[in-house]
Amino acid sequence: MSAVADARLARARACAASVPDPEIPVVTLDDLGILRDVRDEGGRVVVDLTPTYTGCPATRVIADDVRRALADGGFADADVRMVLAPPWSTDWISADGRRKLREYGIAPPGAAASTGAVVRLTPRAARPAGPAPRAAPSGDVSAGTSFAAVDAHRRAPADPSSGTAAAAAVAATASADADAGAETIECPRCGSADVERLSQHGSTPCKALYRCVACREPFDYFKPY
Amino acid sequence: MPAPDFHTQYVLRLADDALVLGQRLAEWCGHGPLLEEDIALTNVSLDLIGQARLLLSHAGGLEGRGRDEDALAYFRDEREFRNCTLVELPNGEAAHDDYATTIVRNLLASALAVPRYEALSTSADAGLAQIAAKSVKEARSHLRHAADWTVRFGDGTDESKRRAQAALERLWPYTNEWWATDAVEREAAKAGIGPTLAELKPAWDATVDAVLEKATLTRPADVPFVSSGKLGVHSEHMGFLLAEMQTLARQHPGASW
Repeated sequence: MSAVADARLARARACAASVPDPEIPVVTLDDLGILRDVRDEGGRVVVDLTPTYTGCPATRVIADDVRRALADGGFADADVRMVLAPPWSTDWISADGRRKLREYGIAPPGAAASTGAVVRLTPRAARPAGPAPRAAPSGDVSAGTSFAAVDAHRRAPADPSSGTAAAAAVAATASADADAGAETIECPRCGSADVERLSQHGSTPCKALYRCVACREPFDYFKPY
Repeated sequence: MPAPDFHTQYVLRLADDALVLGQRLAEWCGHGPLLEEDIALTNVSLDLIGQARLLLSHAGGLEGRGRDEDALAYFRDEREFRNCTLVELPNGEAAHDDYATTIVRNLLASALAVPRYEALSTSADAGLAQIAAKSVKEARSHLRHAADWTVRFGDGTDESKRRAQAALERLWPYTNEWWATDAVEREAAKAGIGPTLAELKPAWDATVDAVLEKATLTRPADVPFVSSGKLGVHSEHMGFLLAEMQTLARQHPGASW
């Protein structure tokens, strides 16, 4: 490809990449990882976007915003497409995007890779003391096991690797809070990790509502997806 | 070239399960028992309708008669819908909305949706596999929400437990339909499109039993009743649901907004 064509494509990419998310305007589509590809197909610019949640009402607005930004940049005939595969993951949010979210008052998501198991049942006695393994296969559900999946609202307050049976149980419970992924959620205002979940669902499909126990401020948490 | 009829029917069952449950849950919008739950159910509904849109568009393409997602959602009559009966039942008993009924139904439905979409993410139908790989993430969060509340109700007060158990007894017979394999599912399984629902029963049993145990609820005894929604023969509630869902589109055919 010629240098001229390269420069043109880079310009088109910059147009699309700078479009802000309509719900969280401090981050761009590029920050969120939903801008998947910008390429040239027979002289026409083609942009691939991927939706966050299937029902996210912002999806259509995002496509329209990208079309408008491209038209303003001189790419009126650009083709904006929605692609489903591979499915978007919050793991694609850039480091810069995470910083912007935090500064905006939204706790950035933990790793999504560990959220496969929903109702994860593992005998507590069989758990190693210390942080529980992150990725349990979703087939890890069998009779005669204890249930430790759904009611872990509070983060483990103490060092979970202290080796006592109680700490192991706390770690197992905390790790089963699939909302939280494997990382500690920190209050975006005061940085405390002592937080509690108020609701799995928040003001947009992608967020949960938390409260900081230390500074008492409620905040949004961008859920791992 | 249109896909074989079993293939279209198979996808329509998935699409209609998502659409009709999404429509039922949307009825809670503005009526939730708590603000957080109002928002939660509306979000779950939104996910389901998002999945339904993708699946209906896909089914329309397979069918090859030029019907898009709107044509399939708004201009099919009751007998053409292929959702299981469970998802069309009201949110409570008669006119009384009941949150325990809504939650228990979501538990039963999402405990199936998760292994269903997991299996479909390796479908020989590449478009369906893409939709499933995306939808399974949402189904997992729906299951978490429903399991969480089932435990709170079952292991809660005498009243919440009574209502959760009653909902379970009332809804349980409608799950039999899933395990009654017919030609559509058999053909789809043979062609590598997706599993029969009966194949998913062990995974469903394990999930549901674990949640019920934690919730101190009792798994109801099995009964011989088998509903027939997936064959297009629906309960008396379906017509009312469709009337509400379809009336605007039918009064203004071709309107865009």
